[in-house]
Amino acid sequence: MGWTRKILRVDLSKGTCKSEPLNMEWAQQYLGQRGLATKYFVEEVDPKVDPLAPGNKLIMATGPLTGTMASTGGRYSVITKGPLTGAIACSNSGGYFGAELKFAGWDMVIFEGKSPKPVYLSIQDDVVELRDASHLWGKTTWDTEEIIKSSHHDPQVRVASIGRAGENQVLYACVVNDLHRAAGRSGVGAVMGSKNLKAVAIRGTVGVSGIRDFKAFMTATTAAKKVLADNAVTGQGLPKFGTQVLMNVINEMGALPTHNAKDVQFEGARKISGEAMHEKRLSDGKANLITNAACFGCTIACGRISQVDKNHWSVVNSPKYWGATGGLEYEAAWSLGAADGVDDLDALTVANMICNEDGFDPITFGATVGAVMEMYSMGVLTKEQIGIESPFGSAQALLEIAHMTAEGRGFGKEMALGSARLTAKYGHPELSMSVKGQEFPAYDPRGIQGMGLTYATSNRGACHLRSYTVASEVLGIPVKTDPLVTEGKPALVMAFQDATAAFDSSGTCIFTTFAWSLGDLAPQIDAACDGGWSVERLAELGERIWNMERLFNNAAGFTAKDDDLPARLKTEPAKTGPAKGLVSGIDKMVPEYYQLRGWNKAGEPDKETLARLGL
Amino acid sequence: MKITFKLFASLQDYLPAEAKRTNALSLEVADATTVAQIVERFALPQKLVHLVLIDGTFVPFAERAGRTLREGETLAIWPPVAGG
Repeated sequence: MGWTRKILRVDLSKGTCKSEPLNMEWAQQYLGQRGLATKYFVEEVDPKVDPLAPGNKLIMATGPLTGTMASTGGRYSVITKGPLTGAIACSNSGGYFGAELKFAGWDMVIFEGKSPKPVYLSIQDDVVELRDASHLWGKTTWDTEEIIKSSHHDPQVRVASIGRAGENQVLYACVVNDLHRAAGRSGVGAVMGSKNLKAVAIRGTVGVSGIRDFKAFMTATTAAKKVLADNAVTGQGLPKFGTQVLMNVINEMGALPTHNAKDVQFEGARKISGEAMHEKRLSDGKANLITNAACFGCTIACGRISQVDKNHWSVVNSPKYWGATGGLEYEAAWSLGAADGVDDLDALTVANMICNEDGFDPITFGATVGAVMEMYSMGVLTKEQIGIESPFGSAQALLEIAHMTAEGRGFGKEMALGSARLTAKYGHPELSMSVKGQEFPAYDPRGIQGMGLTYATSNRGACHLRSYTVASEVLGIPVKTDPLVTEGKPALVMAFQDATAAFDSSGTCIFTTFAWSLGDLAPQIDAACDGGWSVERLAELGERIWNMERLFNNAAGFTAKDDDLPARLKTEPAKTGPAKGLVSGIDKMVPEYYQLRGWNKAGEPDKETLARLGL
Repeated sequence: MKITFKLFASLQDYLPAEAKRTNALSLEVADATTVAQIVERFALPQKLVHLVLIDGTFVPFAERAGRTLREGETLAIWPPVAGG
């Protein structure tokens, strides 16, 4: 079995920690991680619950391949009802924390209730206890990890924690593990904060055993690793340039949302690109990029480790930012950069460090700054209200607002709302580039039409990682499709959504799908787990998970009206590039998507669909 | 006629040193020069000529031998890359 068959239930109100057997019937239907934890969640939590109330629960879950020999098998997810969106939230993270949870002998941890005082959960194999975290409250994720490792006298303890953003319930706060990996979206860190849960610290020595057919597993994982190594993207492109290589690609094709999506191309894109990260700075002769990095078990190693110029104005008096740490990935470089018109690479790197340090999502943060800058340019917000002159392009404003958000002071308290609530507060909700309350990332739906449907129908609010049709529409993986047309996109989006849900439930990274298909994943799961896992079964599993999430959202109050894009994308044509003159064709795609999904016009799964999927 | 030629990611090694900080080169080419001819002129390995855009629009592999460049166009090429 890839599962440990054991889950940990932590009642924070009562201060109890109990072991339970994993529901193996559900494991056969939902596999693990995203799927299985969401099944537990929807069975146990009222969809109408206030996300920040004790009645909400939060689950940290591994997949059956987490902690195994499978490449990228280090993933875990945090499942809860997201405070940014009010929808189901499932945020996926790499690093080493997920594997450590498995090594300690647990498939998942379910947190419920609310602790009367700050605590952290210590897991050392079967020895599990809630410990006082009063001394950690108010600390950054970086300090929290250091203090816990020191107090445990064990540098190999793996820590996932919230920073001050989670404590202050910034609605897009993250859970940060291993210093710079994060379950980043939808505000899962704010839910931790609402429960007075500061961190989870794990040391696992049990290891992963019980693989169903060890020989077949070694054969399958070795073959799958060869596929990754032989593929030009996963074997060469991602290790060298990381995801940031997309900055110039997406800008050239006129699909880079810029200046809060007023424009689709950014003249400063090249300065903040993956190529620029490799270059020696004129100021100190050193490159921003120090090296690439891998999460547990990963044979791709797309991670970026960066270091800024110590004399850069933003850090010259802040030595804590002088060291090498997690660098810019594409989405963060876009949100902190192009979305705000900022082209200072070191400033963006520091802003990203602050997001990691105090645990908040750079996508939503950067996009919210973009909305603030637009309101500033309109005179809706003033220097006096924000605390600093904030025109598009101001790296100083970006960093000052980042510090304020991290520390929960001044305008940072308003930034904590995210763009949907903030723009509504000032009378301009149309300036929020969000769906279901969550900001969309780095691909403009006017230039990449499939991504519009991806954003509109994503169960966790606008997100690229629910169906990354960029792979097909831009990169030609698995086949090239025209990014400017809507025809065929509903089927493409649905296929990506279902396959992604399967990968997200396995314990492996979605980036493997630049080389792997379900045909590469299935043999690995089948060798690890009982039950006979085929490609067809995984595809159906993905569809089941997607519909389960949809049912939760519908019960939470979402309707077909929420499967839509900001008006700007439907009424203001792209000004430049191949998409010049185009708007998103979202209204044409949604009805066909519903039909293909087996949903009625209200966006509700038909009885036949539910019966077919066993829901 | 003049075009702009851009090479990105590992292909930027094929640009002259002065163009590497911009990834772009202003290029004088004969009328009716094709994409394939420019790829050959810069000795780009075929397996690295993956994503080819002219003014941001994708040029399929099968059309690269016949697609001629026009005055002022921008030809940009990437090896196999991805992000997310």
